[in-house]
Amino acid sequence: MERPAAWINGIGIICAQDTSGPGFLSEIKENTTDFLSVINPDYKQFINPIAGRRMSRLIKMGITSARMALLDAQCEMPDAIITGTGLGSVEDTEKLLAEITADQNILNPTPFIQSTYNTISSQVAINLKCNNYNSTYVHRAFSFESALQDGLMQIEDGSAENILAGGIDEMTLIHLNIIRRLKHWKTEPVSNLALLEYNTPGALAGEGAAFFVAGSERNQNTYCAIRRVRTLYKPESIVACTDWINNTLQDAGILPGDIDLVILGYNGDREFDDIYNTVYSELFPGKPAAWFKHLSGEYYTAMGVALWLGANILKRQVIPAGVRFNDIAVSSIRNIVIYNQYRNEGHSLILLSSE
Amino acid sequence: MPRRVFVTGLGLISGIGKDLHENITSLLEQRSGIGKIRYLATHLRDEIPVSEVKFSNEELFRLAGIEPAEGYSRNALLGMIAAGEAFRHAGLNAMPGARTGLISATTVGGMDKCELYYNDFLTNDNRNIYIETYDCADSTQKIADQLGIRDYITTISTACSSAANAILLGARMIRLGYLDRVIAGGTESLTKFHLNGFNALKILDKEACKPFDARRNGITLGEGAAYIVIEAEDFAMKGGRELYAELIGYGNACEAFHQTASSPDGNGAFLAMKKALTMSGLEPGQIDYINAHGTGTDNNDLSEGIAIERLFGDAIPRVSSTKPITGHTTSAAGSTEAILSILCLTNNMILPNLNFEHQMPELHFSPVRELITDIKVSHVMSNSFGFGGNDTSLIFKKAGG
Repeated sequence: MERPAAWINGIGIICAQDTSGPGFLSEIKENTTDFLSVINPDYKQFINPIAGRRMSRLIKMGITSARMALLDAQCEMPDAIITGTGLGSVEDTEKLLAEITADQNILNPTPFIQSTYNTISSQVAINLKCNNYNSTYVHRAFSFESALQDGLMQIEDGSAENILAGGIDEMTLIHLNIIRRLKHWKTEPVSNLALLEYNTPGALAGEGAAFFVAGSERNQNTYCAIRRVRTLYKPESIVACTDWINNTLQDAGILPGDIDLVILGYNGDREFDDIYNTVYSELFPGKPAAWFKHLSGEYYTAMGVALWLGANILKRQVIPAGVRFNDIAVSSIRNIVIYNQYRNEGHSLILLSSE
Repeated sequence: MPRRVFVTGLGLISGIGKDLHENITSLLEQRSGIGKIRYLATHLRDEIPVSEVKFSNEELFRLAGIEPAEGYSRNALLGMIAAGEAFRHAGLNAMPGARTGLISATTVGGMDKCELYYNDFLTNDNRNIYIETYDCADSTQKIADQLGIRDYITTISTACSSAANAILLGARMIRLGYLDRVIAGGTESLTKFHLNGFNALKILDKEACKPFDARRNGITLGEGAAYIVIEAEDFAMKGGRELYAELIGYGNACEAFHQTASSPDGNGAFLAMKKALTMSGLEPGQIDYINAHGTGTDNNDLSEGIAIERLFGDAIPRVSSTKPITGHTTSAAGSTEAILSILCLTNNMILPNLNFEHQMPELHFSPVRELITDIKVSHVMSNSFGFGGNDTSLIFKKAGG
């Protein structure tokens, strides 16, 4: 189906890698602790220090990455502000739970307010005095994709020219240890650089924030066109999943053969990583492939890192050596497909093009 | 041309009834669900009244049509009951072949079990099954699994406007041709977490709430779940099913004023209502009824009242808040009140604003005090506003009217 293109015109990212300079992943930082935590930027550059004192880290990360994206796009007032967060402010929620399980009265309402999932979107709006559309998605590994798709639909139906959409999640040691009970995370520290060599259950946990300005028009900062963002819940079989990917590409007028780079969500969990092998070999055999969760770790909104990566690869026409999954050469990169799945429940796909 | 969006099914569980029929009966009898806390174990039990769903979790399993099992939060059970009812009410079991989505809203997800077992999570493996039921997506996925929905699912959390935004997103996706049918709404069970949180903000009334009253004193929380089935016109017309309403307008605006307070001029509310009205193509005088957000706080009712006066001028429709009936079901309020508004269309009635006695000096209108049944209702507006200034307004039109 013919749908109008939207353009990625600005990006703000906070992740475990150094993204501050002009370089592009010339070096990938190794981590051997329990999870990949972000490199915190100087929040004071973006947030009034007095206001910042009351803010939890997640809120600071969100406001800062949103501002970075707006600055990058030179967009002063987006027509929509949309956030995806799988878990919201874990730190504030933990504070409250500690009080409540002791059956104490909560005396300080600030953690309660900040634990409310829509705080980031509304804080960004308050800072900009932006009265436009504002929403928040909180559905595990669909959180970011739902936010982005919502924004693109508003460009499509003419409600918006420029949208700000992002994904953000934080990790704490308490939360890490709770989820380790379920064996969703690796139970021992591993090296992110050797993540695929352990062949053990569980992913490497991470965190991060990435906001994007997408617009109906290109500008001098444009990274790429964003053509499809789609999600699929619990496909009945791997065939249903590859059919869905194929149909989504076809709907955009693209054949698997037109894809120049496949970015896949390998996270080192031996129970689920094989799905990527199948999708790659069934649909994109012989194509250059890249991965990204060794950069950021796994978290519900990790697709923000993949979109940052794909958009930069298209703009710079370079695939950093540290993200390459195979050695297949490519001369010009026009179409990138990003595919992710979270424990074979939430599957998502983003299609990017240089034009 | 965007596709038209029709409402073909309704499902509702609240403090005044376990299904749509019971809710309608209670509405006609002007009963309220508010009373002393019975099911939630909290030290606030004797201090703060709420509108609970009058069933234990064991009884909710029966209503959801499943065997009692570990791993279900009250939030998920309520959602499964109401979404299942909406699905059947729309006659969907025999209607495959449409791209179907589930868009659900919740503000604290499965916190009801998480707050009981958090110490276990920290220290042992006894309650591991509830670790995954804590987040907002869990109830949505349980509903999707029960109804067999895979094409599109997501969860929205914009505080007390969450379910209205779920309906808005569903309508947008149908209009643009991404989906043909959406089950949209929200579910919220009472928890110590948010009862305490609201209490810390000092905005809970110690008696049943009295929205738009000069002596109003805060919110009365409630719990429940409400879902509507909306379909693209060509799908809604299939199978000779009843159409309950057409969704003709929506507006979402952000007040961008304060995290937990609304502005004195009600700008966010004004913009949300204005956007919805513009989209509907209606004149202000054509709205017959506004189901107001009307929480009973000093701040909301003043700012919403002023916004209504600014937008409607001399043509202020009949207005009521139904929160004295159902309590404030937070994330589920948007869809609960959308359904109550649609029932006003289908039953040609206007619901009363219970507990109102004293005129607010700042406003020039008063809410409806008694149930009105001898009236034709063609267009209704349902308002939902949330913390963070997330304001959403929906407009429904009588189907075929």
